[in-house]
Amino acid sequence: MLAFCMSWQPRRGSAWVAQSERSAGKISISDQNANPATIDAPVIEKETRSEEDLDLPWQVVVHNDPVNLMSYVTMVFQRVFGYPREKAERHMLEVHHKGRSILWSGMRERAELYVQQLHGHLLLATLEKVS
Amino acid sequence: MEICRREDKLEISELDPFLAELLRQIPASANPEGTSAAEQRLFSPPAGPREKEICAEWKLYVQPELRRLFQTATETVAADLEQLSGNEKTFANRTLRIPAKHADAWLSALNQARLVIAAKYNFTDGELCDHYRSPIGSRRDLSLFQVNFYGFLQEFILREVSDCPEKNSD
Repeated sequence: MLAFCMSWQPRRGSAWVAQSERSAGKISISDQNANPATIDAPVIEKETRSEEDLDLPWQVVVHNDPVNLMSYVTMVFQRVFGYPREKAERHMLEVHHKGRSILWSGMRERAELYVQQLHGHLLLATLEKVS
Repeated sequence: MEICRREDKLEISELDPFLAELLRQIPASANPEGTSAAEQRLFSPPAGPREKEICAEWKLYVQPELRRLFQTATETVAADLEQLSGNEKTFANRTLRIPAKHADAWLSALNQARLVIAAKYNFTDGELCDHYRSPIGSRRDLSLFQVNFYGFLQEFILREVSDCPEKNSD
């Protein structure tokens, strides 16, 4: 079988880097202009959102294509996402009847990898930010 | 034509010259070069036009890999089709044996060919569902038959590989 051994790894663009920096946590001092002798104890605000939370708004969308066989699309969904047959068929039928289906949502890097695999199987797939 | 599985091979037997020739055309049919619609279909963008960064990186890093992936599949199929090489008369009642481990390469090559042909002729949904249209007529009719014949082969191969579909679960 065709193995997906692509060497490309999704790269972190500027948006990704910015998100990474935000997730590193934030330390603020209550009054930066105050005399050092009278400075207040630093107030540490804990960043409670994980990197994954910050990167949530991405989704993998598959679009309808009249040429791809329904059975083939179902098999690809099973293989790429590890979905059971029933779930894969539900998504396939949603693509068929509604023109598109959201297959997965989560971190951008993983979404990129899924889109890459779907294109490797010749499906029309896109990566979208959740609006 | 008969099609069945024998041990670790998919066997297409009693091939007449016409169907044998259609099989031989799979690698050439899968080539999108020279038709921008076919090229655009095989290498469609991974995101909308507003995601310029993603699309640019995709074109740079992923597209060449996809091209190689598709080419590897068609090369595997072309090598299997060597069994059908020879003059037209020797095609009669020939048997093509496809190793089961080549099933995914065949699925990919057949899909590439179907997508490229459909893009070249811009078939409508209605035409693609018309499985009873005679291939004898125009070049367009023959190409539609080709798309449907390759689809039939895909269905058979899918049925044979459906026993072990899951490979990438989270």
